[in-house]
Amino acid sequence: MFGIDDPQVWLAYVLCIVSALCAVCYGVVNWNKGDEPI
Amino acid sequence: MENIFLLTIVVVIYLLAISFLGYHGYRQTKNALDYLVAGRSIHPFVMALSYGATFISTSAIVGFGGVAAMMGMGVLWLTFLNIFVGIIIAFIVFGKRTRKMGHSLDAHTFPELIGKRFNSCFIQGFAGIVIFLFMPLYAAAVSIGAARFIEATFPSYIDFNVALLIYTLIICGYVLAGGLKGVMYTDALQGSIMFVGMVVLLVFTYVKLGGIVPAHHALAQMASQVPEALSAKGHLGWTHMPVLGSGLWWTLVSTIVMGVGIGVLTQPQLSVRFMTVKSNKELNRAVAVGGVFILAMTGIAFVVGALSNVYFFNNPAFGKISLQVAGGNVDKIIPMYINSAMPVWFVYLFMVTLLSAAMSTSSSQMHAIGTGIGRDFFEKAILKSKHSQHTILITRLGILLGVVITTILSFKLPMNIIAVATAIFFGLCANTFLPMYIGALFWKGMTRAGAVTSMLTGFFGTAFWLLFIHEKESAAIGLCNMIFQKPTLVKFPWTVVDPIVAILPISFVVAIVVSLFTKKMPKEHLAVCFKHIEF
Repeated sequence: MFGIDDPQVWLAYVLCIVSALCAVCYGVVNWNKGDEPI
Repeated sequence: MENIFLLTIVVVIYLLAISFLGYHGYRQTKNALDYLVAGRSIHPFVMALSYGATFISTSAIVGFGGVAAMMGMGVLWLTFLNIFVGIIIAFIVFGKRTRKMGHSLDAHTFPELIGKRFNSCFIQGFAGIVIFLFMPLYAAAVSIGAARFIEATFPSYIDFNVALLIYTLIICGYVLAGGLKGVMYTDALQGSIMFVGMVVLLVFTYVKLGGIVPAHHALAQMASQVPEALSAKGHLGWTHMPVLGSGLWWTLVSTIVMGVGIGVLTQPQLSVRFMTVKSNKELNRAVAVGGVFILAMTGIAFVVGALSNVYFFNNPAFGKISLQVAGGNVDKIIPMYINSAMPVWFVYLFMVTLLSAAMSTSSSQMHAIGTGIGRDFFEKAILKSKHSQHTILITRLGILLGVVITTILSFKLPMNIIAVATAIFFGLCANTFLPMYIGALFWKGMTRAGAVTSMLTGFFGTAFWLLFIHEKESAAIGLCNMIFQKPTLVKFPWTVVDPIVAILPISFVVAIVVSLFTKKMPKEHLAVCFKHIEF
């Protein structure tokens, strides 16, 4: 996949992109959520 | 290739912008709270970029990019951990509690947070001295990365020693003056430059090699070019993981991926960032910025590092793989690739990118070293000072001392050291601080004795492992050879297993067992520690 023959390596390639997208989704969904300052 | 006039303009504009932001930080620093935790009022975008730019240095781009050129794309597992552990887990799980507990306990540094949580000046002082003594190793690795690139770009004008001195003086100036505010404002600009530079680098590389899939395919076809020495250690090609259980596999998985991937959680210069924002809303927003930023930094550095083999091998001027072109020094691969494969304007843009990466990390390291020896060790553990009127002065003296030690180390360290020194420091921090840090945030039953014994077990266990077990360091240091007449006390595979695999579990077990059998922390104290934290 993607020209990479070892599944362990392309899995890492995909997980990098997926985890970054998860971070973006979390940030957007919780954009205005958060507690009061202390 | 060299155009001094163009470079001078680029660098002067960059340094003027940095100077302005450093001065802006200086003007906004009214008290020690501003100097230590940026007044706890930093904008989420600035905080996220500052965290990312501090996290990612020339060590990641030049050092680990070079490692990717040698080991291949398997290093991308570290990028996954950088995002999943270094951003998602760090901000959402650790960051929110660190911020709340830091506010509740009035803590201004990572050692102070842990020390106050367990009511122990010893913990704060010991953590401060560990940071002061060992962070210069990591700081030197970052400085070497910057100086090496400047040297590679202008071999006939600036040598390594001059580059290193100028670089150190500039950082010293704005860290001393602007404190954490100056550091974080400059970080945000530097992070933005880094993002643009790395994205352009990725696009250029893929275009030059014919596109994403053709580039990867060409790299996969080069498996037969792996040198004999690397094949013997388990190297199967640059789009393959090494042979399971081989020496190269253990180095990649235990030292590079786990050591740095887990060690990020206890980096004092990163943890203090969580205490610079006023609410969890800022942390939530920072997760989005941080995730994309780290992907653009380490993901691109590692992919480009591996693909540099295709460029060098297919270029008639070289006709060899990256490691051979760089004369065996992995720290020179990325600078050589940029200087030979990219247009001259990009070489200058990338020099500013790398300067940004190095300066943003170095400045935070200097700040952490200064607070470690100044506030945590000297002011709080030795003087047991209740007031803070001398905090800024003491911290500034600590920063100066740290700069001197780091500069001396930078001149003394051997080649191929950037990634190794970084991994050693990250692993040491994880083994020494992680069980105690997790216990501090998540377990009311963790006792002071449990925290102290866990910290000492992690620290001395790591020292023993590096001096007598892990052959790369034990052979270089020579103490094991002097006492036992052999470079290491054990046989393969333990000689290539990173301390984090053996010592971190022991440190966790010690923390739990000792806490179960020793005196609990007073309930009133725990109520203060956890007053803003829901279980």
